[in-house]
This record gives sequence, structure tokens and C-alpha cells, in this order.
Amino acid sequence: MTTTATATSARRAAADGVLDLSRANGNLLVLAHIYTATLVLGIGALFGMLQGFSRANFIVMPPWFDYYRMLTAHGVLMALVFTTFFITGLFTYAVYHTIPRARSVRLGWIGYCTMLVGTLMTAVAILDGSASVLYTFYAPLKASPLFYFGATFLVLGTWVVAADIIVNVVWFKRHNADQRIPLPAFMATATMIMWLIATLGVVAEMLLLIPWSLGWTQGIDVGLTRMLFWYFGHPLVYFWIMAAYTIWYTVVPVTFRGRVFSDGLTRLAFLMLLLLSTPVGLHHQYLDPGVSAGWKWLHTVTTYGVVIPSFMTAFAIFATFELAARKAGVRGFVGVVRWLPWKNPVFAGPALGMILFIFGGFGGIVNNSYSMDVLVHNTMWIVGHFHITVGGPAALTFIGATYGLVPALTGRTLFAPKLALVQVYLWFGGMVIMSTAMHWAGLLGSPRRTADVSYFGAQGAATWHPEMVWAAVGGTIIAISVLLFIIVATGTYFADRHADERPVFDFAATNEDALDTPPVLDKLGRWAAVAIGLAVLAYAGPVAAQIQAHAYLAPGMRTW
Amino acid sequence: MHVHRQERLWMALGIAMLVVFLAVITTAAVVDGFVPPSHVQSIDPTRVSETPPFDHPGLRKVADGAYEAYYVARVFSFTPASIDVPAGARVTFYVTSADVEHGFSIPETGVNTMVTPGWVSTVSHTFKEPGTFLLVCNEYCGAGHHLMAAKVVVK
Repeated sequence: MTTTATATSARRAAADGVLDLSRANGNLLVLAHIYTATLVLGIGALFGMLQGFSRANFIVMPPWFDYYRMLTAHGVLMALVFTTFFITGLFTYAVYHTIPRARSVRLGWIGYCTMLVGTLMTAVAILDGSASVLYTFYAPLKASPLFYFGATFLVLGTWVVAADIIVNVVWFKRHNADQRIPLPAFMATATMIMWLIATLGVVAEMLLLIPWSLGWTQGIDVGLTRMLFWYFGHPLVYFWIMAAYTIWYTVVPVTFRGRVFSDGLTRLAFLMLLLLSTPVGLHHQYLDPGVSAGWKWLHTVTTYGVVIPSFMTAFAIFATFELAARKAGVRGFVGVVRWLPWKNPVFAGPALGMILFIFGGFGGIVNNSYSMDVLVHNTMWIVGHFHITVGGPAALTFIGATYGLVPALTGRTLFAPKLALVQVYLWFGGMVIMSTAMHWAGLLGSPRRTADVSYFGAQGAATWHPEMVWAAVGGTIIAISVLLFIIVATGTYFADRHADERPVFDFAATNEDALDTPPVLDKLGRWAAVAIGLAVLAYAGPVAAQIQAHAYLAPGMRTW
Repeated sequence: MHVHRQERLWMALGIAMLVVFLAVITTAAVVDGFVPPSHVQSIDPTRVSETPPFDHPGLRKVADGAYEAYYVARVFSFTPASIDVPAGARVTFYVTSADVEHGFSIPETGVNTMVTPGWVSTVSHTFKEPGTFLLVCNEYCGAGHHLMAAKVVVK
């Protein structure tokens, strides 16, 4: 059968409301991404809960699966694997859905399989204990080559997905020269371009680490690998945020018949995020020796630049709420808040994530405050911060969207929708408890990434334990919530209840009076060039200083 | 492209906030010298125990009330394990690693820096009140990371 014929039959099947998992329309591909993310979230959450128990001294992990091995697995699975699979799946869907055409999904599958193989390689290395290096894998801790190869394959897989997305958008532009790229596809492309630029850093780092882990080179420039890692490490968080924003701008309004507030301003916000994501990474290295204070200050300035697209987004989201409510005859702050569909998990997940993000943003301002960072660097405050950001706005938004995506992809009704609703609120409550305790422990000076914070009963450490107990309580609630999520997400498939009307996962239209988008905003290639230029400007100096300094190479070692 | 009046106002507020933050941080850095520890001095991590002054880590008095403390971080301990200083002493810590990445943090004092093999970190602090301060490694360094601690006794 030709691709065209398959695509036609797939479209017909979709129109008839028949279960449709044919390969050609990409539904199965997207579902593979989403379910992989779901499974990974489940494993990661279990490890997270056990970590909470360990730090609260409820349990001691056995030597064959010690705390740091588990911590490495938790960090890699949550920060690198769960998020990445969900996001590449979401963007593949956004592009396939808004650019309908007869297409081959081969490239998409190659990308997915490469990511999966990479993930499995990394997982084996972590589980067999040869890679307890945490998700930051700071040299000269030396993991087995399998770990670095696996991580590299995971990234290369995302490059293939990015290529698939770009191929589709270029096709669209070629056939619709007079039209703008559909908004969700534009957001997907801008984000993946940002991702390509950012991941160059980690791939460059791998080019140093892989030969070294194989024993081909004797030492490693620790400062340089740290700089390359954080060149990638901060844009990684914007990768999550831009995906969450894509859902906030274009999916959330659908749940209350709203429209995108402004087409042009949305694109502008995404372009700013594309430009401002990479030239900022040194704010993770404020306390590093070997990097001068001037370069760190420069990155403070660029990091704060993200205030602008963040404020634009906050305005647009709340304006979307209010305009839709007014159209329905509702006015006033309380009226609008009450009117919103809090009983729909596709809305409630992202909306609760937005609430958490307000506090996550406040914390981020503290972390980026140059000299103030000294008080919180490498304390539990930072752990609280990233749980209320990636574990709040990002994860809750992805979970909410999964409740919309899985029924649409499988043509089945959501299994136990009430459980889904309970799940997002449980997550929110658990995260508030856990993150508050972590932030507070951090202010009291409790270090992060430690199996035990009792320090032989030292006086200074006595105040940390109660906070760790609260963090364990919050972590348990989140883990229960994740279990419910898995039941609903996979139950939807296995319960196999076909909907009378095929569920859709659609993107909102734009307010008609906000469509006069300047064409220059659509020229993603040019904006990508500007983004590369900014990254070079921000990093050429510090990297050159790092290479010129008499940096000694450190021999690798395994200290676990 | 149309931008609503309220949105212009909102954005102006955001940008004003940004300017204020940066002005405060920059003023504090330039006028008061509040900059993060950013010492640029390299050292061969394989020869730390032969390189002065780290061949004899410990506390040195440089003037009345002014001390320098040289530390070597090595899995899973700090050398020296304990130092005694009088209340009111200003101590400048010099720390380097003989193996992997470590952290050097004295909670509730503002003493906090990364310790990177190949580099010397430095940070200063005036210990005003007497007491026993816990000094911890706050960057993961291996299986015994949570045991890596020392103390500073202020008398």
C-alpha cells in the first residue's frame, strides 16, 4: 500500500470514529512517546519516594541498590528521559496534526527508537552500578562508557525527531508561502531549534568523555566539561517550559472554549525564549573556581532577560481566561476563577502547574541573584526549586495533556476520569508539602544529594530532620498520585472503551482581532542564526578563558 | 501588531523590576564587593600533596584577627578535620581537591563554594559568635559523600 492510500484510509477511519492506530497518521508513534514517558515517570516516582524515606531515616537502601545509584536513576529518568519523551511526542503530534498531509512517519520512528535504545543503554549502566554519577555526571567521576553512549543516543534520537519536525514545517512553507506556520507547529519548531543549539554543548562534552571513559585519553579538563554541561543544562529547563507554554497557550483554552490571546505576541514570546535560553548557563556555576566574576555577571543579566517572555506569557494566559469568561457573561476575579473548568483534568493539571510556577519563578529569581546564590547553592532549596518547576508546571501540564492526548490517539474514552481529577490535585498538594519542606531545609543549610543528613548528630544538622520527614510525606503523596496517573493513562488503552464520538485533542484558534502578525516573526531560520550568535557571544569569552588558563587534566575515578 | 495598553503597562512593570534587580546586584558587586567566589588559580590535581601550601594544610595566622586556612578535600574527608579560631576572626579559606568534584559549605555562614580538581577555591568569613560550626561537602563525590564533614570551632 502506498503512503497516500494509507493516509487516506487513516483519515477515513478517524472520521468514522473507529479506533485508529494505523502507522501512517503517526498516532501510534505519538502514543509510543507518551506511554514511554508515563512508564518512566512511574519508575522515577518510586525511586523518588524511596529517596525521601532514606533522607528521613525511615529506611536504609541495601548495598546492591544504594542511595546514589537510585538518585542517579531518579534524576536521569525524570529530568532527561520522562520530559524528553513527552515533549518530542507532543511536538510530533502538534506538527502532524496542524500540518495535515500524506507523510512518511519513518523518520519519526527512527528518532523514537534511537531515543529508546539510548535510554535502555543508560538504564543498564545505572542499574548495574557502573554509573552512579548522578544526572549531571560531573567529571572526573568516571562512569562506564555505556552510560555516555546511551545518553548520546538519547540526544541524537531527539535530533532525528527535530529533523522530522523541520522537514514537515519546510514542506508546509514550500506549499503555503503566503501563510503563517500554524501556531503549535511554530512553537514546536522554535523549541526544537533551541534544543538543537543547546544539545550541541552536551554532545561536545560527550566527545571529551567517551574517549576518556574508554581509556583512550588519560585525563579530563573538569572546568571545560562543567561549562559544556551547563551550556546545555539550563536550556534543558527551557525545553520543559516551552513545551508547557505550548500547552498553556494553545491547548488549555480549548477546555473552556477560549482562543489564543494574540498570535504575534505568542510567537514573539517563543522567539525570545529561543534567543534567551542558551546564553545563560553560567548562573549554575556562580560558585565555581576558575571562572571569573565578570562572565558570571554577564550571565546574570541574560538570565534575567527571561522575565520579559515570562511576563508576556502570564498576561496572555490570564487574558485568555478573562476574555472567554466575559464572552460567557462572567465578570470579576472571583467569578472568572470559579467559572474555569477545575473539574476537567486537562485544565486542572496545567492550571495547578501555573500556580506552582509563580512560586518557582520567585525562587528562580533568588537563585539567579549572583551573590545571593551563595546562601542556597547546592542546598535542598535548589531541590525544592526544581521540583516546583519541572515537577510542577512542566510535569502537571504534561500529565493534564496526556489525559487529552491518550483518548484522542486511541479513540477510547478516558478511563476513570474522576481518578484523573483526584490525581492532579493530589500531585499539587504533595508537591506543595514536599517543595516547601525542601526550600525550608535549604534555608537552614541542609546540603542536597546526600544519603543522610544527620552528620553523626552534629548540632548544625539537628534542624534538618523534621523537614526531611515532611518532604517524605509530600513525596509519598506524589508517588500515590503517579500510581493513579498510570492506572488512568494505561487503563484508557486496556479498558478499550470506544467513544461514540472520537475524542479530539485540538489546538485553540486565535482571537480574530489579534492576527496581524508581522511576517518577520515567522522567519525561524534567521532567528536561529541570531540565537547561535548570542550563544557564541556569551560563551566565546568564558570558554576561551577556560582553554587558555593552565588547566590541568584530572584522572578519572570511580568513588562509589 | 497590536499590543493592548494594559499589556504595555504590565511589560513596563516587568522591565522596571528587571532593571531594579540588576541595579541592586551590580551596585552590591561593585561598591560592596559582593561577588560569588571566583578565584582563578590552577593547580595540578595529581600533585596536591606536594604543592605548597597544600602540602601542609591547616590554619595560619597572618595578622591579629586574620587567618588563612588551607584545606585539601579528598574522598571522603577534609584536611584539616577541625580548626580553632577566636571569635571575631576573619578567616580566608583556600580549598582544593585531590580527586573529584567536592563542595565546601559551612551552613548559615555564607561560606559556600565548589571545589574543582585543578583549581583553588577561596572564600572569606568573619566568625563573630563562638560556637561549633559544621563544615560539609555539598557536592556529590561518591559512596561516602554524606560522611564528608569537618568542623570549625570558634572560641
